[in-house]
Amino acid sequence: MIRAAWRNASIAGIGLSDYPVVPNLTSEGHAALAFGRALADSGLHKADIDGFFCAGNAAPHIEDAENLAEQLGIRPRFIDNTYTGGSAFEVLLQHATIAIAAGECDTALIVYGSDARSRGKRTLGSGGVPPMAYPWDLKDYRPSRVGGPMAFEVPFGGNIISSYALAAQRHMFEFGTTSEQLAEIAVAMRYNAGFNPSAMYRDPLTVADVVGSALIADPLHRWDCCVVSDGGGAVIITTTERARDLATHPVNVLSAKNAGTHWNIGQMPDFTRTGAADCADAAFEAAGVTRDDIDTLQVYDSFTITVLLQLEDLGFCAKGEGGAFVSDGKLKVGGALPTNTDGGGLSSCHPGMRGIFLIIEAVRQLRGDAGEAQTPGAELAMVSGSGGLLSHLGVAILGRDR
Amino acid sequence: MNDLAAELHTTERMLPQPDTVSAEFWDGLAVGELRLQRCTDCDTAQFYPRPTCSTCGGAVEWFVATGRGEVHTFTVVRANGVEPFASLVPYVFAVVQLEEGPRMLTNVIQCDPESVRIGTHVQLTPVAAGELVLPFFTPASRE
Repeated sequence: MIRAAWRNASIAGIGLSDYPVVPNLTSEGHAALAFGRALADSGLHKADIDGFFCAGNAAPHIEDAENLAEQLGIRPRFIDNTYTGGSAFEVLLQHATIAIAAGECDTALIVYGSDARSRGKRTLGSGGVPPMAYPWDLKDYRPSRVGGPMAFEVPFGGNIISSYALAAQRHMFEFGTTSEQLAEIAVAMRYNAGFNPSAMYRDPLTVADVVGSALIADPLHRWDCCVVSDGGGAVIITTTERARDLATHPVNVLSAKNAGTHWNIGQMPDFTRTGAADCADAAFEAAGVTRDDIDTLQVYDSFTITVLLQLEDLGFCAKGEGGAFVSDGKLKVGGALPTNTDGGGLSSCHPGMRGIFLIIEAVRQLRGDAGEAQTPGAELAMVSGSGGLLSHLGVAILGRDR
Repeated sequence: MNDLAAELHTTERMLPQPDTVSAEFWDGLAVGELRLQRCTDCDTAQFYPRPTCSTCGGAVEWFVATGRGEVHTFTVVRANGVEPFASLVPYVFAVVQLEEGPRMLTNVIQCDPESVRIGTHVQLTPVAAGELVLPFFTPASRE
């Protein structure tokens, strides 16, 4: 068998739909709007897309990739619909990079859209629904019985927030982490949102505001929780060789790794450790860079504890030291490790699966297009998505092409 | 038992659908037993029930566990938009570490939610939910 030479992959186009609240757009509408903007950004044509990657359970009718590809008018020769929760887009980035490298496709689209806010009617702090028990936009649909592994969890009134609270409580018990330290993460994200005119919340937030907000599930308060917004995103990836001839400055995919530890929260092997600890070293090694080289971090922030665990597991600080690490403002724009420079899911945009927005914001930073939130001279970005209930982590290291 | 079932709104919860793998577990609760699986090859106990051992892939057999354990981690849920849990707040959603090794999600009941701690000793308390029985846990002093 003759194999094509391995080809490096670069991000050539990015597009965001509108957010945070867009009542007139369906999930597919968000995907289509983001795709059109990513195409325009790259200067490519729809017919150039021969690899199609999506994941989503926000709307049952776009759950399958073939359906969404058909709606967007794409005829792929490589298709992938891997679902790992919100980290799926980091996982799909890995798969797309491999597919391009192996010559199985030349130009890949990763796309996502969700109307979770406008049609799901989920609001922050409501406690939501049992995690992934039924699709979000079928608000009144209640199956009477639950089968499989969730049969052992759903009857006890768990939901997304209370699941993450189990991790936060254990982290506090083992390491003495405080609510004030977790609050620092929300405060930094809100500060960063102040630079983003589209962010859902932009008014300054203090540690006192966070720890003074309503407890939803101990120890998580209202402002430890992400927003629920509408939104969509698209990323176009092609060979580095081709990307260098296109309109935008290429952003190279230096590495993309992922690791799962469990799916249901009751099965989490260690409530203070995620799969990021299993794949971060491999990501740095494959990229040939170190943690000190990273100029900006885009990390999944469904809850404050989600960020804290990833900072430790990615190795930016030691296990248990996340609380102290985040307490000096280093996550803020202008700080030592500018993180979630668009305001993150905690203040800006979180339509249910935030992973694609992490990639898009990293690309904006590496192109130098982040405006007032720009990290000066940013050349390397790390992206870390957390999917499910701290279940499957996907990390990537992106670099500005020289 | 019936008073407790009413107090916990058990029949209003989304209830389990037993299947060929899990039926033994649910049947055990109906007679007050916590039945777990143990591997016939590597001897590892596991929960929830699976077709094979998730440690080594071996065959599994059932045994009756003590029903004793301690709270590994927990949260006091103070807001939940979904009934019947909206009416039950504040309640304790907990992961119990069983003596035999596996962990289970449950509610710690019949206590002040504010009194539960990581390490609190607990004991199985089966509570009826229609024709099924759910595995709740209650604080226990360990002899």
